[in-house]
Amino acid sequence: MHMNETQLIPMLSDIELDEINAEIAHAPYPQAVAIDALKIVQAHRGWISDESLNAIARHLNMSPAELDGIATFYNLIFRRPVGERVILLCNSVTCWIKGYEQLQQQISERLGVSLGETTKDNQYTFLPVTCLGACDKAPVMMVGDDLYENITSETVTQIFRTQQEIDA
Amino acid sequence: MADRVTIHIDGKAYQVKSGENLLQTCLSLGLDLPYFCWHPAMGSVGACRQCALVQYQNEEDQHGRIVMGCMTPVTDGAIFSLQGDKASEFRETIVESLMLNHPHDCPVCAEGGECHLQDMTVMTGHRDRHYRGLKNTHRNQYLGPLIHHEMNRCITCYRCTRFYRDYAGGTDLAAMAAHDHVYFGRHQEGVLENEFSGNLVEVCPTGVFTDKSLVNEYTRKWDLQSAPSVCTGCAVGCNTLPGERYGKLKRVHNRYNTEVNGYFICDRGRYGPSYVNLPERLDYAGLRQPDGLYNAIDQSQALQYLTEACQKGHVAGIGSPRASVESNFLLRTLVGADNFSSGFSNKEHDLVNLALSIQQQSHVLIPSVKQIETADAVLILGEDITNTAPRIALALRQTVRNKAYELGTEIGLEHWQDAAIRNLAQDQRSPLFIAAVADTRLDDVAQQILHMAPDDIALFADALACYIANEKLPDINENLISSVETIAKTLLQAKRPLIVSGTSCYNASVISATGKLIEKLNSENCEPMLSMIVPEANSLGQAMLTTRDAPTIDTLAALAIAGKINTLIVLENDLYRRCHSSSIDNMLEHIDNVIVIDYVDTATTSASSLVLPSATAIESEGTLISMEGRAQRHFPVFEPKAERLASWQWLLHCMKALGRAETEHIHYFDDVTRACAANISSLEHIVNAAPSHLYRNHGVKIPRQPHRYSGRTAMRANISVHEPKQPVDQESALAYTMEGLNQSQPGALLPYVWSPGWNSNQSLHKFQSEVSGPLKGGTAGVRLIKTDHQLLDSEPAIKSKKITPADGQWLLVPRHKIFGSDELSALSPAIAELAGHAYIEINPADAQSLNVNEGDGVFIGDDHTNDSHQLSLEVHINSNIAEGCAGFSFGFNDTLNLIPGEFVSLTKNPNWQRRQADTIATDGGGSNGGSYG
Repeated sequence: MHMNETQLIPMLSDIELDEINAEIAHAPYPQAVAIDALKIVQAHRGWISDESLNAIARHLNMSPAELDGIATFYNLIFRRPVGERVILLCNSVTCWIKGYEQLQQQISERLGVSLGETTKDNQYTFLPVTCLGACDKAPVMMVGDDLYENITSETVTQIFRTQQEIDA
Repeated sequence: MADRVTIHIDGKAYQVKSGENLLQTCLSLGLDLPYFCWHPAMGSVGACRQCALVQYQNEEDQHGRIVMGCMTPVTDGAIFSLQGDKASEFRETIVESLMLNHPHDCPVCAEGGECHLQDMTVMTGHRDRHYRGLKNTHRNQYLGPLIHHEMNRCITCYRCTRFYRDYAGGTDLAAMAAHDHVYFGRHQEGVLENEFSGNLVEVCPTGVFTDKSLVNEYTRKWDLQSAPSVCTGCAVGCNTLPGERYGKLKRVHNRYNTEVNGYFICDRGRYGPSYVNLPERLDYAGLRQPDGLYNAIDQSQALQYLTEACQKGHVAGIGSPRASVESNFLLRTLVGADNFSSGFSNKEHDLVNLALSIQQQSHVLIPSVKQIETADAVLILGEDITNTAPRIALALRQTVRNKAYELGTEIGLEHWQDAAIRNLAQDQRSPLFIAAVADTRLDDVAQQILHMAPDDIALFADALACYIANEKLPDINENLISSVETIAKTLLQAKRPLIVSGTSCYNASVISATGKLIEKLNSENCEPMLSMIVPEANSLGQAMLTTRDAPTIDTLAALAIAGKINTLIVLENDLYRRCHSSSIDNMLEHIDNVIVIDYVDTATTSASSLVLPSATAIESEGTLISMEGRAQRHFPVFEPKAERLASWQWLLHCMKALGRAETEHIHYFDDVTRACAANISSLEHIVNAAPSHLYRNHGVKIPRQPHRYSGRTAMRANISVHEPKQPVDQESALAYTMEGLNQSQPGALLPYVWSPGWNSNQSLHKFQSEVSGPLKGGTAGVRLIKTDHQLLDSEPAIKSKKITPADGQWLLVPRHKIFGSDELSALSPAIAELAGHAYIEINPADAQSLNVNEGDGVFIGDDHTNDSHQLSLEVHINSNIAEGCAGFSFGFNDTLNLIPGEFVSLTKNPNWQRRQADTIATDGGGSNGGSYG
């Protein structure tokens, strides 16, 4: 069978390759580092494009479908471009009981985007997440690498104000 | 018996096989327990939570706990509740949750009426939906010409990827995303690469994957007329169930045969037969006029012409390995054994006869497909099995898992614990060694792969035989000695080693060396098995019907040229696919009457003086002998239309008109089979392939139509309000009606599977003696090969000289293609689309010396004085092909005149028009699923 699938596969950068190969050195077989490789490339490129996915798959001797199964399974591997900061608002049971829906509405209004969208200025991507492992401090969310606990309407306003100040 | 235990279900005690899971046990007991993710061939993963029962600790336990039937081993004294409220309510809730996102599109769904999800929903008693939210929707993908994708219907049971990836080794279908938006599809739209993708249609419990051809021209299962058939796509002899409506073949499903194809068939077998519907097929007999055009004549005129031609004497006949034993037998009787060729060229004749004699004389087990799966070490010599006998390749993928089962057994895991065993074994496999001309589609599960020219494969096999027998090794390449040691030792250590070889590399030495190897292996303390792959559905039958010194096409051609043949009758055979066109042209020019009986239009029918339209295997009854020597009967699914007659009927009518004494007592098809069995000792048992036409099931015939078959009176209402009488089948125990009994008849006569409450193919377990066991009515077919104790007349020569082609010369080696190499299936439009163009494959070093790149063209042969007639093919560069070999797409119209085993010169074609870059497959590129670890 000869499928119409030949496409140019861009090289992974030397730094990316070094980091991935360092992981492979600790693994029983290359496919075992699939998640780490995705994270490495995402750290450098912000997200995993189809081209990046193909390049990683080829390097790990996997099919693109197998790797995409992994990439799309995990919330924190982004298969579409994201903004400067990713907001992860937890929507699992505890946070939902403690007022997730109102917070989600407030953030959407504040940013002018729905869940799954990126702001026009490319500052924020707003995503739901299933759990951030801090149910005792629900509701919780992450902005970039920072975790915010026991958030309320006021803290949300505060968070964005602080972020604005930092950016300014 | 020690391996039986007592379990209690709903207060009743059952004696059951120990070690199995509860779901399988319940189904074997005939109890209705709903399930989705479990599959008899793929075992349990406990993903869907549907097959719940309540298990009680002891008789005092009033509460019990929910267990999953498929994940619970049956243990002695266990107490379960299946019908109890708690278990029933749980199962109903599970179906409701699985249905949350399922659309209510059953009326327009191609699965409707044979949908396992419909059946299970009804079985659990679930009726009212409580969910009022929006349903998730997905984008569907284009998956190629065979399969239609409708992701919205998915209930995420994971059966598709478990079959496609885990069972069939495909790499381009995966489960994407998580929780409520799981998606089963390809990384990007495109043709599904795996050769067994069509099984997704039967594996999917609902309508996510359906036959594209059926979706486009839809008929419900209950409106299909079907009959037991046998695939003619290769020599494996998979059992099939073609379905017909309005005189058209609508689809082909798998027909369970525990010893042969089990639950799965390949895509050639499933989608190839649509050539039956081609409008170009012949409806009427045609008589060639002086101007070269044909006049349609009616049956009686055609018979008269045929009879008169036979009366003139000097009649010869050419049979066919794609025609039934019976048709061939009648032609042989009509023209006499001395004037009958089995329809092979010299080379094919020698190869197939050698393959048969080695099987007969080897004293080893010739395994069924099921027995192939029991081997603990496998060596493949010269075959690219996925392309020559696809179903065997699927079996070998399971064979290499025996190591995993062994590891599982060590820690107490049963075979059906699928996820656990896969996790445990990872990539540990039973050894599979491949010696082939180039890469094959089983390379991804092989322990060692050697690429060699055919003669070197023979030499390598010879070296293995010598090593095993402690004899002096032949003169082989030093680099190969360690491989000889490893493979020989592995084969010797195995309890049931299997050698697979065959005719596909057109090299007698390979077959002889395989014979020698199996003989030496057999004298050691193990039970080796030998599987010989032959080219066509009835190749082995032809070798059994004729003697080794019977004429071939080449010998008849010589007779014709000598003026000794007036009339030649060709049965279902395109001679231009067997020998060089110039020799066939020459032969036919010397014969007055060339009478061709065939159902497709070929180069040979175009060269005939009279052509008789015949019926395909799907429209006629016949016996075929598979590669393991299994005689199997196929029955007509529907009556051939217009003036088509089964070939055996044309021949029988002719012989009766001639007043031939042999046909005096032949009235029915069965009489032909009986006469053949009486005359040919090796075919003595073919009468047992299926019951005779006199068989009755509790006094009635077996219906080809399910009892819900609808609209019979309306089907032709647009043509006439008068309903024609249903055809009457005098030739078999099957009837063209919905009246009769489709229950507990012999396995060879099962036209469809249906059981109350089980409308889908999952109803099969109601017809099996136990889950995955033989059919209640017995396994279809009868094995004919009895190994005798003669030694080979003379040990066939094994060429011991490494062939080094002269400069500018390449050895032509056939590269078989599942899509394209087989004559009939290649006529099916979907298969033709997948087959693509013919090409020639050479090694990078050879490409360099020819100064050609991927996609360039080369001339084949010496004479390129007249460029317009010179054969020119596209170059594919393959680093795996043995040096000095030129692989060519075998059996394609462009390559019919290339003779495997010959040396040819290759030269660059400077005027070659390159195709679009994206249609050229590259070596080791994304199209080759086998290249991924």
